[in-house]
Amino acid sequence: MHSSINETKSVGLSADAAGAGRATDFRQARRRERRYGYLLSFPALLGLFMFLVLPFLMAVGMSFTDQRLLSPNAAEWVGLRNYERLLSVDWLVQEAERSDLGEVVRDAGGEPEFPSLRTVLRGDPAYREYREFTSWQWGEKRYVLLAKDPRFIQSFLNTLLFVMLVVPLQCGLALGLALLINRQLRGISVFRAIFFSPVVTSIVVVSIVWTFLYHRDVGVLNHYLQALTFGLVGPIDWLGDSDWAMPSIVIMSAWQACGVQMLIFLAGLQGISQDLYEAAELDGAGRWSQFWHITLPGLRNTMVFVILSTTVQAFGLFTQVDVMTGGGPQGSTSTVMFHAVAKGFREQDIAYGSAISVVFFLVILLIALLQKKFFDAREAK
Amino acid sequence: MADLQLEGVVKRFGEVQTIHGIDLDVTHGEFVVFVGPSGCGKSTLLRLIAGLEELSEGDIRIGGESVAHLPAAQRGVAMVFQSYALYPHMTVRENMGFGLRMAKFDKAEIDRRVEEAAAILKLEPLLERRPKALSGGQRQRVAIGRTIVRNPKVFLFDEPLSNLDAELRVQMRVEIAKLHAALGNTMVYVTHDQVEAMTMADKIVVLRDGRIEQVGSPLELYLNPVNEFVAGFIGSPRMNFFECRVLDVADDRLRLELPGDERIDMPADATGLRSGDRVTLGIRPEHILEHDRADIRLAIDVEVVEHLGGSTFVYARHIGGDAITLQVGGLSDIQPKDHRRVSFSRQICQLFDGDGRNISPHKVPGELKDEEPGQAATA
Ligand SMILES: Nc1ncnc2c1ncn2[C@@H]1O[C@H](COP(=O)(O)OP(=O)(O)OP(=O)(O)O)[C@@H](O)[C@H]1O
Ligand SMILES: [Mg+2]
Repeated sequence: MHSSINETKSVGLSADAAGAGRATDFRQARRRERRYGYLLSFPALLGLFMFLVLPFLMAVGMSFTDQRLLSPNAAEWVGLRNYERLLSVDWLVQEAERSDLGEVVRDAGGEPEFPSLRTVLRGDPAYREYREFTSWQWGEKRYVLLAKDPRFIQSFLNTLLFVMLVVPLQCGLALGLALLINRQLRGISVFRAIFFSPVVTSIVVVSIVWTFLYHRDVGVLNHYLQALTFGLVGPIDWLGDSDWAMPSIVIMSAWQACGVQMLIFLAGLQGISQDLYEAAELDGAGRWSQFWHITLPGLRNTMVFVILSTTVQAFGLFTQVDVMTGGGPQGSTSTVMFHAVAKGFREQDIAYGSAISVVFFLVILLIALLQKKFFDAREAK
Repeated sequence: MADLQLEGVVKRFGEVQTIHGIDLDVTHGEFVVFVGPSGCGKSTLLRLIAGLEELSEGDIRIGGESVAHLPAAQRGVAMVFQSYALYPHMTVRENMGFGLRMAKFDKAEIDRRVEEAAAILKLEPLLERRPKALSGGQRQRVAIGRTIVRNPKVFLFDEPLSNLDAELRVQMRVEIAKLHAALGNTMVYVTHDQVEAMTMADKIVVLRDGRIEQVGSPLELYLNPVNEFVAGFIGSPRMNFFECRVLDVADDRLRLELPGDERIDMPADATGLRSGDRVTLGIRPEHILEHDRADIRLAIDVEVVEHLGGSTFVYARHIGGDAITLQVGGLSDIQPKDHRRVSFSRQICQLFDGDGRNISPHKVPGELKDEEPGQAATA
């Protein structure tokens, strides 16, 4: 009896001891594993730090100074001056000029005349450094929007316009192509390669080629346009007309980049079980219903990823503008990135360029977060 | 009335022909099971009926009307997929109502039918859930519910239970059988599983390489398989086969030499056989007796014994060296390494000629009663 109790006890004890030993082993193994984890990710983390985090921190630091790109003078701390210059906007209302009799002075076309804006801005210390961004006339008044860097504001709006046009176009194109080549036909991989080839071609080369395609007089596009409409439409000066320049860049950019999204969509499509389509077919769903009720919902996550990544990519528009239009005509294709490079490198004001980059980074971050939140909310529904 | 008729059905995928001229008549309300080894064309045949594959030749009629040129949705068939194929982003209710929605039924009617089907399958508490939040068995029931809602003329099932665990499989098997009894529709069911086929079918269709080997009731196939293939395929554990040499031929009898030199007389359709020919004797494991008092005796060396409680599987070798399986009573005292004599009745065994054709006399269940062996002998 005694001995049996003792035995149980000792067995219990040793089991406990063994358990404790195992737990330490386990913890040690975990620690060792974590160490390997850090070790293996070190090169990637180092690269990330050196080429992404560090330059960004440097840009943040520089944006508070008056650093020039190449200058013998030491940089000085200027606080928020760069940001102020970047973001300051104001407005004023001008009354039409009146004659001594109190009548509105009109030009030859019958339009009221206004005092020279430049004189007004010079005359008032509150408007120092401000320049006209845009203005419109309403009866005998003229409303003027002012900014310290109107080109930045314009570039920002241009960039937003570009994003809003190119994201739907590029994603739609990518989805369309993915649907087209997602079938078992002989030689389909050839099409896949063809559709993907613009992506692996240098964007500079593509831009140059498209500059020729878009050319007003010798461009293929205008030739086709005129041939197909029997000369009724065109020729259009695609890149030289401030209304057409941005849409032209949008079309070319979507064409060039959609191959990547096409491949992602293709992977998404292949992840949708064929059984679902057959079940839907038996349920009497036609092609369109199948697309709407099976394909689109099945691509939801892919779609979120594609839209998010395309948006972020689109905000970075630079090369096409640099090669094809140089930001013109009349700044209609200037983008934030283009403006930042123009200020920071061409005008050597690297501190101001840094401020632009920092602000722009925050804007993109905000938009990406909002998009994600929007999709998450829909997911939860 | 929704009879289902297949007439000379042929299916080719490009050059490769996988279904070689199938003729089959299914009367209204029958439960038909397709069985056969993997790749024999069960699924293809089912998909041809469903309209998911196009016929290469032949005709399919449902309720007397040719459906060969109708799209799947208009054939009046509904199918339960092995993978269930539930629409992942729709609730159970939407899943079940999707077909009606596509057919432009009004909302009230859809709700009524969905709830009716949900009641039959006890799915009411789950109607607002997504498939993701259901267990395997519940998904299975939704998949079945989706077909019931459309009230099809013919139900098609492609291995619907193969993703479920054993217990659930038995339960769902019973539920489908009940459903069939309640609805009375024609059902075509594809399975790998012996037990499913034997328990559920009114009629079993045994397929091999795109051809029908035999059509018949479960018991008919069990007692009178037309050939060696069907004999081996129906029944579990598998029938034992022995090569025998014909010593002497009379009109309706054969004198055979079993491996191990035992000589026996067997009733058989002996036309075309000559002495010296080889024939195959088949005996089911459950028909071998533990004692040596029946007509045909064998000496065996026991290798492995599996006690299942209700019955015992014995894996052994007999004198000739061939493997032999016995199914005996649960309380059998057979031990591994035993050396013993077993026996079976000549009336219950099958005889196949060189081409595998069954040449033993037709068996009728009632006449075999007294010979029914195995469990009774040990009890
Ligand atoms: N789309 C297809 N293209 C070419 N061959 C096919 C196609 N579908 C099926 N087959 C062939 O047809 C034959 C029958 O296939 P099926 O899927 O009907 O077999 P099964 O009896 O259902 O097998 P399992 O029990 O494994 O499901 C197989 O040899 C298969 O390779
Ligand atoms: Mg199959």
